[in-house]
Amino acid sequence: MQIDLIAIGPEIILTAALCGVLLLDLFLPDNRKWLAMPASFAGVLATLAAVLYIAMTHERSTLGGMFVVDSFAILFKAVFCLAALLVFTISHDYLKEDTIHQGEYYVMLLSSLLGMLVISSSRDLIAIFVALELISLPAFVLAGLRKSDLRSNEAALKFFLFGVLSTAVMLFGMSLIYGITGTTNLADIATVISVATPLRDVAILSVFFLLVGIGFKISAFPFQWWVPDTYEGSPVPVAAFLSVASKTAGFVALIQIMFVAFIQLADQWRPFLAILAVLTMTFGNLVALKQKHLVRLLAYSSIAQAGYILLPLGIASATNQSRNREAFIAATVYLLIYAFMETGAFAVAIAVGRRGRGYQISDYAGLMKQAPGLVLAMAIFLFSLAGVPPMAGWAAKFFIFRAVLNAGGIWLAIAMAVNTVIALFYYAAVAKKMVFDEPAPGKVAFGTPPLLGTAITLAAIVVVVVGILPDLFGRLAEASALF
Amino acid sequence: MDWITDWGLTLVVFLPALGAVFMALTPKGRDSTIKFWALVFTGLPLLVGLLMLGRYQYSDGGFQFETNLRWIPSIDANYHIGVDGIALPMVMLSLLVTFLCVIYSCWHLPEPHNPKLFLALCLLLETGMTGTFVALDLVLFFIFWEVVLVPMYFIIGLWGGPRREYAAIKFFLYTFFGSVFMLLGFLALYFQSDPHTFDIVLLQQAGVLSMTKTAANLIFAGIALGLAIKVPMWPFHTWLPDAHTEAPTVGSVLLAAVLLKMGTYGFVRIAIPILPDAARTFAPFIGALAAIAIIYGALNCLAQVDLKRMIAFSSVGHMGFVMLGIATMTDVGINAAVFGMVAHGVITGMLFFIAGSIHERYHTRDIPELGGLVLKMPVMGGLLAYSAIASLGLPGLAGFWGEVTALLASYNPLEGLDLTWFRTFMVLGGIGTVLTAGYFLWMLQRVNLGKVPAQWQDKNFADAQPLELAAWVPLLALILILGVFPKLILDVTNPAVVELTQLLTR
Repeated sequence: MQIDLIAIGPEIILTAALCGVLLLDLFLPDNRKWLAMPASFAGVLATLAAVLYIAMTHERSTLGGMFVVDSFAILFKAVFCLAALLVFTISHDYLKEDTIHQGEYYVMLLSSLLGMLVISSSRDLIAIFVALELISLPAFVLAGLRKSDLRSNEAALKFFLFGVLSTAVMLFGMSLIYGITGTTNLADIATVISVATPLRDVAILSVFFLLVGIGFKISAFPFQWWVPDTYEGSPVPVAAFLSVASKTAGFVALIQIMFVAFIQLADQWRPFLAILAVLTMTFGNLVALKQKHLVRLLAYSSIAQAGYILLPLGIASATNQSRNREAFIAATVYLLIYAFMETGAFAVAIAVGRRGRGYQISDYAGLMKQAPGLVLAMAIFLFSLAGVPPMAGWAAKFFIFRAVLNAGGIWLAIAMAVNTVIALFYYAAVAKKMVFDEPAPGKVAFGTPPLLGTAITLAAIVVVVVGILPDLFGRLAEASALF
Repeated sequence: MDWITDWGLTLVVFLPALGAVFMALTPKGRDSTIKFWALVFTGLPLLVGLLMLGRYQYSDGGFQFETNLRWIPSIDANYHIGVDGIALPMVMLSLLVTFLCVIYSCWHLPEPHNPKLFLALCLLLETGMTGTFVALDLVLFFIFWEVVLVPMYFIIGLWGGPRREYAAIKFFLYTFFGSVFMLLGFLALYFQSDPHTFDIVLLQQAGVLSMTKTAANLIFAGIALGLAIKVPMWPFHTWLPDAHTEAPTVGSVLLAAVLLKMGTYGFVRIAIPILPDAARTFAPFIGALAAIAIIYGALNCLAQVDLKRMIAFSSVGHMGFVMLGIATMTDVGINAAVFGMVAHGVITGMLFFIAGSIHERYHTRDIPELGGLVLKMPVMGGLLAYSAIASLGLPGLAGFWGEVTALLASYNPLEGLDLTWFRTFMVLGGIGTVLTAGYFLWMLQRVNLGKVPAQWQDKNFADAQPLELAAWVPLLALILILGVFPKLILDVTNPAVVELTQLLTR
């Protein structure tokens, strides 16, 4: 079989970079270990360049249709690379001030990123499974990297146990699908299902098994229990990575499986996903109201955000392609905007958590007097997550409302509207703490390292600019639609 | 065609936001530079606004100074702005009031000072307010509508009174709750229109919208909920007394003078002309709520001891008159409503200024504790009496025309509306005016007249200061001028209102 090397070029470059960083780490003296970060950064930049090169030529497909590089894949590969670059920038100072092995850290991140690049192109159940595992396994290690901290151990163990359990269920589902269709290729599965109606019941059952595995990755209710503990215990940049990149990867898999392989069964799984979405956002928002730890708050808020992104899948249709297209665009725009606002919020958490300040929300009291720039950035990210214009979050929610209402899902829209209001309460509560309250005695003004500051500024600028011109992301999503 | 016609409106809207960026870049501590920028970036829009007044075609009821650019093609939202006779007075009101607020803030800022942040928030607020009044696209309207929330949240929460945090979050959540449903209503309008559009002007045209009666009623209810919370209409008003009472002086002034008008303006601009049939169904309910608000506001005022809280509740009543005028759906009623909006903005803004300045000196606003104010501060006392009397609707001052015309209009509402109901509202409104006169005069008697209480005997209070007067004189003058020449406003509004009411009877 002929293999198109250019199609898998980005993955090859990334693998090379990964090995390079691993080797480099062996020969670096302890005080130079941080060089792993610029090396990884350069590797991901080169990967991004390769992705952009393919974007400027034409779509490709190789390995017998298992690996497809279309505009959908290109967009998400670029998103994953950008997310990784952002996570690198916010990790640098955090790692230097902690006792985490930097070489391992970056190698693990790169491996997980490799899985994400692969999953964007996978149009085959086996490829999707392998890619998901490639994303998850390094992530288990990353969560436990603060070895001396019990919470970090707990984070890794919980993450691991939930992860393997749900993967096992998913794998079972995949085997059922192979059993009834005789193929693992997504497009072929769709063809077989559309012809062989008697097998539909088994197919529907197996879709639910698949949803367990993916529900774990995107932290949909009721598979979200690991999220708060894992985010809290992990190194904070890892939590950012999990909540942005890893979650997006889960959605990429979900979108491909649901829209390519099982769109014929949409009438059966649609109501299930709609209910799941509403439960997820409601659970996330209600529990977030009670949180006192900022990372846990962001964890629950990220569960709620997953609910919003899931909602347009609850209007998918077996026959109406333009409706599916709208649902896809809405989910994609949300994912793009979410990547920046969520990473930004975690970056500010890292900046504040340095120098003996903690991650409790009470640690943010009076931050306004000590770090007004960080407060401005955090307010931008939080109000964007809440969906208050002119920050980009409004556009993300607007696209979802638009898709859902167009499909007649008035109750889904109302459920999300009520959730949006609930969420505003806890986001505004953090803003209140930072701005209205007096600082605790003994807390003094502090600076932010340039690299971290740059990442925060860039994310804030993107959030504001896209909030004013949402078309920047809207066009991207339109151009990358699968159908 | 010149730059004012083409870009004047855009300048008016975005100059303040630009000013806020300028101020953010000014190093902290250089207060005089910051105040200078604030004056420049609120003064310039006002100047451009005045120039636009000179070019406005007063006999034309359509939109002028229009700009229509593609903004978010993927959702069919455009940057479409323009003013007609209804929007123009509101735009000028917000430009003027913000400028005066900045002048006032140069003189004094409550704890914790920080003029940089305070003035920057005021400027952002101005962009949101004027933007709301000029937006002719539903998405654009929604954005500007929401832009005011965050600045006002921080203004109340940072510089407000003892219960500021509660008041701030209540204001924020309440309005956000309403506006999310308003947004759903906008989206529903979009999907019901053919061709799909968010354009307010297009949506008003016949035949663009076709839907069942139930759908229209539902959409109207959604949009009206968002607007009613902002107005605020009884029973959605509970955020208002808290927000007004706790907000710093300038915050209360901006809230009363401009922010509340965004709600009533939304009814006139969007809800009623786009969904006239649904509006006709809901008009008696709106009228009933308005009548309740008038009586309820007045009764509450009688019971208040806090001067600011009393003025806040008087706003509930005054906005009741505005809503009653709108509910009649006649040109008389809507003219009255727009006039009432301007008059209430000017008068109640003024009252909040004075209440703030009194609190500044006495460190209390409790009506029973004050007393003999005229003896201590003749000018301040005189101004308080003048504004209070204007607010109770004395003929010859601005407050009179909006209310009396609204009552007149509800004697004879749009054909098809229930006469008995609206005449009942008129009677209730009439009783309301008597109660209003009652509580204002009682307040004046307790605050202004009588002997100076023992605790204030030895205190020396500075009477109204030059900078205070500088901020107040334009408002004081407007109260008189609009009272004597109501045509100044009505001639501007009438052509646009006539055009609008033609939509309702088609």
